[in-house]
Amino acid sequence: MIELRNKNFIRTILSKAPLILLFVSVLNDYDFNYLSLKYFSFNFSYILIFYYSLKKSESLGYTYIFIAGLFNDVVAGTPVGLSSLMYLILCVAASYLRNITLRPSLLKDCIFFLLTILIINSLLFFSLNFIFNYELSYFDQIINITFTFLFYFLFSNLFDFFERYFVSNNNAG
Amino acid sequence: METSRDDFVIALRSAFLKKGTQQRFSLLSLIFFSIIFLILGSFNFKIINYVKIGITEIVYRSSFIVSVPENLLKDSYLTIQNHNKLYKKNEKIKSELEILKAKDLLNEFIILENQRLKNIVNDYLVKSDTIIAKVLSDKSSPFLRSIIINKGSKHKINLGMVVMDGAYLVGKVVEVNYLSSRVLLLSDLNSKIPVIVEPNAVFSILSGTGKDYGIIQYSKKFDDIKSESIIYTSGSGSLFKAGIPIGRININNMSDEKKVEFFSDFSQLKFIKVVSFKKSENK
Repeated sequence: MIELRNKNFIRTILSKAPLILLFVSVLNDYDFNYLSLKYFSFNFSYILIFYYSLKKSESLGYTYIFIAGLFNDVVAGTPVGLSSLMYLILCVAASYLRNITLRPSLLKDCIFFLLTILIINSLLFFSLNFIFNYELSYFDQIINITFTFLFYFLFSNLFDFFERYFVSNNNAG
Repeated sequence: METSRDDFVIALRSAFLKKGTQQRFSLLSLIFFSIIFLILGSFNFKIINYVKIGITEIVYRSSFIVSVPENLLKDSYLTIQNHNKLYKKNEKIKSELEILKAKDLLNEFIILENQRLKNIVNDYLVKSDTIIAKVLSDKSSPFLRSIIINKGSKHKINLGMVVMDGAYLVGKVVEVNYLSSRVLLLSDLNSKIPVIVEPNAVFSILSGTGKDYGIIQYSKKFDDIKSESIIYTSGSGSLFKAGIPIGRININNMSDEKKVEFFSDFSQLKFIKVVSFKKSENK
């Protein structure tokens, strides 16, 4: 009986792992900036949201993504609602790609992801710079986009591995 | 042609309107909410401000807890890095200490003399109230250089108060909540403060760059600024008390940029002093 309860608990935790990871990432901003690498930064939340909206949309609810965006705005000091909007646009793109894809491939996903983050970051740069009068470094944005795109390959494989060997196995067991 | 257009519309409509299992809202409605938040927030709408304050208190506290594992990782990385440099640093510090001891004696005499002279010319002396605060989280993202501290309006923190790391200027308070506050660091792109470059007494503006250094801007006597000059607050505009040390000029031969290396390492802040300066009566 106890073993069954433990198994249920682990299953719940594993199925909620993406959501926990999303909130940890927006609250913590873990992007290895403390390494002080001059030309390195990436947006982990974008990768996580895009991957899970594309592959397992039930893992991250849209409402939670919206709330995570509000949290991110407070942490980053940007106008409340802006990150939520960007995250949701990312979800729209992922959902659209899911609807039109018959045979999924990582390369297609990556190219679509690149297009989406380019649009999102342009929107973010435009709105912060011209509407809300924030000063942003254009060069840093480009670096952020590049690394976010490159890391999508890595994290997408990691998430695939996690889903296949941890979540699916636990559900089957 | 007509069919592919229909497919596009159907896929897009489904993306916007379809609710998944256990989803309460469609994407379109949530996007609509976000835009409402943005618009009302930009007009300083009261309800949005209350929502923001509520989220702020939750986020700052939970951010501190969530950051614990990363901070552990960060601290161990920095400890190892520091350990490697320890021996050389110790030798250097020893020799510097001897020089500083001698200078300190001279300084004490100059401070006392300065106070005496100020009394004679009826200039005001500055007294300060200090609040020690702990850094809850430091979000050194490429777009933002600010820290969150665990003191807020409850502890009499006010907007614009000066934040110092020891004797060095770190930034100023830009957002005050009930139990926490946000400090804009000098390295932030949006930070611009009046400074004086010594020697030569060149007045200028120090701007943040979003990196770990600042740059000197808008000075008429740009050529008088030499490498290794020290930057102090100038006191112009009554933003800061004059004479708080900030950093040292480092001129790169490759460019004309006057870089300022801050005395304080903003990535290592654990405790800081929030200070308000007031004029005090001469004795």
